[in-house]
Amino acid sequence: MSAIFDYLTQEPVWFYVRLVLFLVGTLAFVGANAAYLVWVERKGAGRFQRRPGPDEAGPWGLLQPPADGIKLMAKQVMTPPGADALLFRLAPALVLMPPMMCLAVIPFGDKLLACDLNIGLLLVFAFGSINVMALMLGGWASRNKYAIISAARVVSQNVAYEIPMLLVVITLLMITGTMNLNEIIHQQAGGFWQWNIVRGIWDFQAGHIGGNILVPVTFLIFYTCMLAETNRAPFDMAEAESELVAGAFTEYAGMGFGVFFMAEYANIVVGCALATLLFLGGWQSPIGTVPAEWGWWGTLLGTGFFFAKMYFLIFCVVWIRWTFPRTQFYNLLNLSWKILIPVSLVTLLLTAGLLKLPNLF
Amino acid sequence: MKALNLIPVGDPADETFTLNLGPQHPATHGVLRVKLVMDGEYITSAQPVIGYIHRMHEKMGENRTWAQYLPNTSRVDYLSAMTYTHAFVGVVERALKIEVPQRAEYIRVITSELNRIASHLVGWGAWVMDLGGFTPILYAFDDREKILDLLEGICGSRLTFCYYRFGGLCNDVDEAFVSGTKAFVPYMRERMKMYKRLVTDNIILRKRLEGIGPVSAEMCRRYGACGPVLRGSGVAYDVRKAEPYSVYKDFDFDIPHYPQGDSMARYLVRMDEIEQSLRIIEQAIAKLPDGPTMGKAPRIVKLPVGDFCYATECARGRLLVRVTSDGKENPYRVRLRTPCFTNLSLFEEASKGMLLADAIAFMGSLDLVIPDIDR
Repeated sequence: MSAIFDYLTQEPVWFYVRLVLFLVGTLAFVGANAAYLVWVERKGAGRFQRRPGPDEAGPWGLLQPPADGIKLMAKQVMTPPGADALLFRLAPALVLMPPMMCLAVIPFGDKLLACDLNIGLLLVFAFGSINVMALMLGGWASRNKYAIISAARVVSQNVAYEIPMLLVVITLLMITGTMNLNEIIHQQAGGFWQWNIVRGIWDFQAGHIGGNILVPVTFLIFYTCMLAETNRAPFDMAEAESELVAGAFTEYAGMGFGVFFMAEYANIVVGCALATLLFLGGWQSPIGTVPAEWGWWGTLLGTGFFFAKMYFLIFCVVWIRWTFPRTQFYNLLNLSWKILIPVSLVTLLLTAGLLKLPNLF
Repeated sequence: MKALNLIPVGDPADETFTLNLGPQHPATHGVLRVKLVMDGEYITSAQPVIGYIHRMHEKMGENRTWAQYLPNTSRVDYLSAMTYTHAFVGVVERALKIEVPQRAEYIRVITSELNRIASHLVGWGAWVMDLGGFTPILYAFDDREKILDLLEGICGSRLTFCYYRFGGLCNDVDEAFVSGTKAFVPYMRERMKMYKRLVTDNIILRKRLEGIGPVSAEMCRRYGACGPVLRGSGVAYDVRKAEPYSVYKDFDFDIPHYPQGDSMARYLVRMDEIEQSLRIIEQAIAKLPDGPTMGKAPRIVKLPVGDFCYATECARGRLLVRVTSDGKENPYRVRLRTPCFTNLSLFEEASKGMLLADAIAFMGSLDLVIPDIDR
């Protein structure tokens, strides 16, 4: 304890300013994203379904998220009779915490990150996995049969998809050799051919075969697992409204439900941000490198690239949701255990072999 | 913490629990309640509880004159009102031996088939929505809207059509309807191709429907299941061919049937039936005769003493209207043998051992309209 205290007091004032700034920034970022991704989703769904989507509240319906927020806050908060009131209340708080923690280590620009942690990737996965506990808690504490079925589904789904996700990330780690997220992005400088999704196939800089020739498959597995981990269609077993009414959130009203909703979008942001920085070069420019002498303007440009890539992936999430029907639960598990895990194990072994290959000659 | 004992505790060794699916549940599309006894996610028994939207349509028949009861029939299965009124109009015409003009019969066939397409579109869209695909239902409603616009132009209503009268139709069709229907047929064929690419060929949908809820022809026979459920079990029974009514004899069309008996077979039967309905409409519009649309019908309808019945093939199966007359202005008894009631009755047996999500898919494949079950 005193070691931490010493560490904190050794740092200059700038450390604390930066900490507070990033805390507020992360909160605002999560809030704004959760609110406006709902708008994007509804607008997008409208476009896919040949209707305008929300367009009454403000121009292009841009005031719809605040209106929804006010509506949710005005609702009565109630605990169903017989439910475990403490856990029931605790679940919404717990569900939003992990994605916020994850955002602390994600670099949005060269210097734009809250905490330059050497084990950033590990932290993201550690917090990414406890998200499921909150859903389980909410489902369990609701004392509703639909919610309990949903909670059980969520747990087995997340366990099943955690494994291939970690396996493909290990594949990537073997190439990058670091868990520092900013360092991983720095390695991908130069242009889109230096991004991991291309560099895995052929390393242009070194001029030999890349570490993982199956890297597009790896990316697809990662993206699929990300969809499953965030409980998004076609894997939205947690909600599955035509089967389980509203799944684990059936008994939640008002902002309790709103927080679960926000957490879903916050998780998507984290998942897509991770996909961007692991495979698509994070804040690196698609052509060339942003000159270092541009300073903060260069960082801002990089942030622009990062957001462009990330929001494209998020748009794909919305696109997939409004195109495909929901999978059946055993198909979902079969996909993970029978296809994704073997394939990612093969890529892992292949990568291990290929990394040694250039050393042999 | 004080334990609230809301549910009576049964045998602790018994690990099953009761789950109420409905009366208010997103997947039942109405007020159907199914009492499920679940073992985890597996169904050990499913007992449909009906009667939540019982409106006494059969009893109302006894208190109304023959003409007054006609609009009631369009409210039983609100999605295929045309075929329901057709059956009731048909039974009165059969009893009174009223000659219906050819033009009226042709228009009846055209409007019934349009109504069948609209009904299948709603059933299909709602079913895909049960499976978690939200977009197709809005596309389906887009097409259905075109049909409803056509039908609204000739009879004024968009859902509970009451277009047929004893002896003919309430109005003749206009040029706009004829040209609109002619244009609709190729349009709908294009859309069907799109639906095939978007939904039917989708791997997720196929995985969800193939092999789910097998219903054998023998089981259909025991429960009296009919319509697409029966045809999906490989029995090519269709009232339009088996006991042709109206002018269905004049048209060349097939009865789509698939031997697999699973949900996918029932799905394909419905999609093929839309194609066949388009074929019938095309032929009927091409040889639509001129002439009156109203035959000679008595001003006050009184049926002779006796039992009469008339069957039509509605979108969900065979509808039989049986009336008993004692010669008075009101029917003595009206009996509606509706397809959804019999189709639902096999749910209990067929869903045993099924997973909850599969049971929802299976229920969608029966294409239930709850007021049609309860009447």
